[in-house]
Amino acid sequence: MSGRFKTISLRIAQAIPVLFGVVVVSFILTRALPGDPAVYFAGASATEESIAQVREVLGLDKSLPQQFIIYVGDLLRGDLGQSISTGQAVTDDLARRLPASLELTLMALFISCSIAVPLGVMAATKPGSLRDHMCRVIVTAGVSLPTFFTGILLIYVFYYLLGIAPSPLGRLDFIYIEPDTITGFYLIDAAITGDWETWFGALKQLVLPATTLALFTMAPIARMTRAAMLSALSSDFVRTARAAGLSSSKILYGYALHNAMLPVITTLGMVFSFTLGANVLVEKVFAWPGIGSYAIEALVASDYAAVQGFVLAMAILFVLLNLCIDIAYSLIDPRIGFEER
Amino acid sequence: MSASRRDFLKLSGGAITAASLPFLKVLPASAASDVIVAVMGQTINSLDLHRTGTNRPSYQVAVNVYDRLVSFGTKVTPDGGVSYDYSVIEPEIAESWEITDSEMIFKLKPGGKFQDGSPITAQDVKWSFDRAVSLGGFPAVQMKAGSLESPDQFEAVDDLTFKIKLIRPSKLTLPDLAVPVPFVINSKVALANATDDDPWATEYLHKTPAGSGAFKVAQWKPGEQLVYERNDDYTSGPVPEIKRVIVREVPSPATRLALLERGDVNLSFNMPNKDAKELSEVDGLAIQTTPIENSIYSLCPNLAFDAFKDKRVRQAIAYSVPYQEVFDAGAYGRGEPMWGGPSMTPSDIAWPQKFPYATDLDRAKDLLKEAGMASGFDVPLSISLGQIDWMEPVALLIQENLAKIGVNATIEKVPSANWRTASLVEKRLPLHLETFGGWLNYPCYYFFWCFLEGHLFNSSNYRNEEIEVLTLETLHMPIDDPDYAPKIKRMIEIIWDEVPRIALWQPALSVGMNGVKDFEYWFHSQLDVRNLKGV
Amino acid sequence: MSMASTNKSDSLIAHIFYVLRGNPITALAFILLASFITCALFGPLIVPYDPLASNTSNALMPPSVDHWFGTDNLGRDVFSRVIVATRLDLLISVSAVALSFVIGSILGSVAGYWGGWLDAILNRLLDTIMAFPLFVLAMGIVAALGNTIENIVYATALINIPFYARLVRAEVNIRRDAGFALAAKLSGNSDLRVLAVHIFPNALPPMMVQISLNLGWAILNAAGLSFIGLGVRPPTPEWGIMVAEGANFVISGEWWLALFPGLWLMLAVFTFNLLGDGLRDIVDPRKRT
Repeated sequence: MSGRFKTISLRIAQAIPVLFGVVVVSFILTRALPGDPAVYFAGASATEESIAQVREVLGLDKSLPQQFIIYVGDLLRGDLGQSISTGQAVTDDLARRLPASLELTLMALFISCSIAVPLGVMAATKPGSLRDHMCRVIVTAGVSLPTFFTGILLIYVFYYLLGIAPSPLGRLDFIYIEPDTITGFYLIDAAITGDWETWFGALKQLVLPATTLALFTMAPIARMTRAAMLSALSSDFVRTARAAGLSSSKILYGYALHNAMLPVITTLGMVFSFTLGANVLVEKVFAWPGIGSYAIEALVASDYAAVQGFVLAMAILFVLLNLCIDIAYSLIDPRIGFEER
Repeated sequence: MSASRRDFLKLSGGAITAASLPFLKVLPASAASDVIVAVMGQTINSLDLHRTGTNRPSYQVAVNVYDRLVSFGTKVTPDGGVSYDYSVIEPEIAESWEITDSEMIFKLKPGGKFQDGSPITAQDVKWSFDRAVSLGGFPAVQMKAGSLESPDQFEAVDDLTFKIKLIRPSKLTLPDLAVPVPFVINSKVALANATDDDPWATEYLHKTPAGSGAFKVAQWKPGEQLVYERNDDYTSGPVPEIKRVIVREVPSPATRLALLERGDVNLSFNMPNKDAKELSEVDGLAIQTTPIENSIYSLCPNLAFDAFKDKRVRQAIAYSVPYQEVFDAGAYGRGEPMWGGPSMTPSDIAWPQKFPYATDLDRAKDLLKEAGMASGFDVPLSISLGQIDWMEPVALLIQENLAKIGVNATIEKVPSANWRTASLVEKRLPLHLETFGGWLNYPCYYFFWCFLEGHLFNSSNYRNEEIEVLTLETLHMPIDDPDYAPKIKRMIEIIWDEVPRIALWQPALSVGMNGVKDFEYWFHSQLDVRNLKGV
Repeated sequence: MSMASTNKSDSLIAHIFYVLRGNPITALAFILLASFITCALFGPLIVPYDPLASNTSNALMPPSVDHWFGTDNLGRDVFSRVIVATRLDLLISVSAVALSFVIGSILGSVAGYWGGWLDAILNRLLDTIMAFPLFVLAMGIVAALGNTIENIVYATALINIPFYARLVRAEVNIRRDAGFALAAKLSGNSDLRVLAVHIFPNALPPMMVQISLNLGWAILNAAGLSFIGLGVRPPTPEWGIMVAEGANFVISGEWWLALFPGLWLMLAVFTFNLLGDGLRDIVDPRKRT
């Protein structure tokens, strides 16, 4: 156990240069963004003088190394700075918006897995069959659609034409009371407070954007499930199990699937971090108040602190996620050493 | 927690200002006549207009939640819409005023109250005005336009008497007091929350308004929504009919269109022209389109670019623009045409008025030949990514026609963060689109910003000695002065001949309404909810 | 991994045919690919209208016999624009993928073969890139460098490099001490030659799959950039921009503006994805069963 603890701390130590790299790169990237935030935020009919004033207020009159030192110093104190375009502290913005994005992404992955994993298993049981081909075509079609296009299409059909989806107005319709913030996840918060009406309302809002994302994420999960199941089914232990006369469903779900979980979980982890970064476009279409739409606005406005804060938060999430996958690995398959790769 | 929410439901809203309180449960928007749901595409980033970095859409908070000394009147436009009336100045916090050549004295309404119930005093006005000229940035610039430059000019004579010492008599000073900038803040509350580092309480007022306006802010979730709650004890004017207005931010114009059409929201602010055009034929929806005063969407040839130094080349460009197509594709007919005027000399001082240019490619080619440019030239045509919805089709059409006279334009999309820097501050875009509109509705005010050398919106780097002199002469001159009209006419004539800005059309502000009426248009083109009524 | 050996080309073709016969969908993908390449090569010659010519009196017309895919807000023929855009979109994705393939291969080979501190540095570097939300990184790069076709290519290439480098590194790493590599080295070949001629080709088959999948992904990436306004310069037709601009017209009823470019884009990505799957079957017989 202490060995495992040691390797975990080693992994964390390894993450430090990565995070530092992210801090440096994001700093350089933001400064390379076009435009002068001072001019942008001095507003219409600002004169040269007032632009200079704004520049001083924003600390942009200092040299780049100076700005970087100030930025790192603030970071070490846990201060991500003030977003100029929302006018709030970046930490507050992220704390408010991250749960929204996470809730959406997790919901999407949930939908995606509940379709893609059975599809993958089904395809693997009869490779080369019509069923297999159909599965492949369906999931490949999903990943081939640009998410913003799918999103608008779904809104058009299910909200505008059919009227069965709720208005695409973010996380909750006007008619519901927002649940008290405990975790920031509306579904969880509403469930904790027992407010099932709101819970249902939040769920309804989630369906369309989550489906949009789910369509996009089904392919890698289904593919990996299929491949992993194929190799599991062709492996010795399954042959042994068959020879021992176990029922085919027992073999399929009891043994093969269990063994196929490992690569699927890895894929899931990669898909999760990818989706969290990629749902910017879906958030924009559905007016979802998450970090993705936040990042777009910040980039467009050259809002340095907000872009840097977003990137850093995502990087930390990514590192944590990888750690979790490693731990999940060793839990699912104890044979797998946790040594450094 | 649900108990506190129920308590919240029972409250009439008297003491609630904290943005953190849970949000009131309301009926579906369509069913509640005193609750309005509005959507807009932009985001409100501060509740304090004076703060550095406050963006345009946030100005609506200054309008709805704060009052000014005076306001403009209200009129009905020819098409039945409601608009502010530039010709009438009405009391708001002030009850009456006297103006001499050296000072303005305002008597405040006795009994005027802030939203927390404390009286409005001249000290509050003085503190607010000092703040507007001291914090710098846009507010200071706008105050300066009304010759309000230094705190020394402002004096609280007694609790209900406020005096402004004038630097010069100017027709711009009184209307400049009715723009959103000089709003009156509850200085007692603000000062209680000021610090040594922040004497003007910008951090506090940024999130917590302290005004006397017709609405209070019941909730503000940046990037999501702002909820206005009626101030039932409003003292500066009639109490609004609508009890609560929810302003929701929805970035996608397609989504906003669907929401309005399906009746899930009551008002869509600043709709794209195309949507406005289409919805105006739909039953049950009212689309109010008001031309934005003193504003022209223009094509600006930059005189710093060699080819455009010759006025004949600029005229050639002006003759090559496919105006009607540009108007149809860029504005979908919403707005006023600004081309095809009958004569090179103006007959009156209306502004904006039609420029005497129309599409005439032969004339354009001749002019280029006269200028020795018959073989044409290459020029980048710059547009802003932030206004791509109309700039891109317009630029494409202009590009196509320029190619016909031998001018090879390539379209450059400039990111919005860089647009102002490139076009207005550095003034380095050789050919670009520009959108200036003046808040104070005088031609001389437009000229002041757009045609004087070095001035911010003179993105064409234009300079003309006569214009320099005439503009400064007319800027503060009363419009009934017998010299005013002839001078303005002369100014218009010059810039028509020299065309440093090629007028395309006068833009319009379109607001879609479903179940509400009487949206009032203001020169600042921001959402004023005070006059809205249920149907 | 018999695929890399060269003297078996006959059996390779036979193998491909065998796989294609057993897998009609891969065959379909090859046919689609051929038609996309035809469009890319001859598109401007075969379209009925000038893709750039506007005609505002004919704007926003629904699909008809004259305009199969309708016209856009400036009266341009959507069908012509969609077809002509093929060349640019394929160009963007192919050059981006080629760039990341080359750079990723070099980095991965070096790190995998020599290992040590080079490997450690490279790994941290790739970790740093991977730790970025990739789409936002691409957005940032294009926003910073300006939205030209080259910069879209660079940005797309950069965010793909880690995948190639990782793959090559792993493949090279497990083979650097393999018998055939040692034998080649003992017979007097330099490290570089062993790496380039004997080891690296073994990494190619799995790379082919990655390439094919990435081609589709690069198109989507460019389309996403267009959607937020960081795409290629107008009036150049490009699928992503057409979908993005058309998206605003869907609710008001002009669905053809976004639908056709969207479907076309999807078909292209679909082709590359199916191709990737099919290539996987061809290069990895074990998974084919």
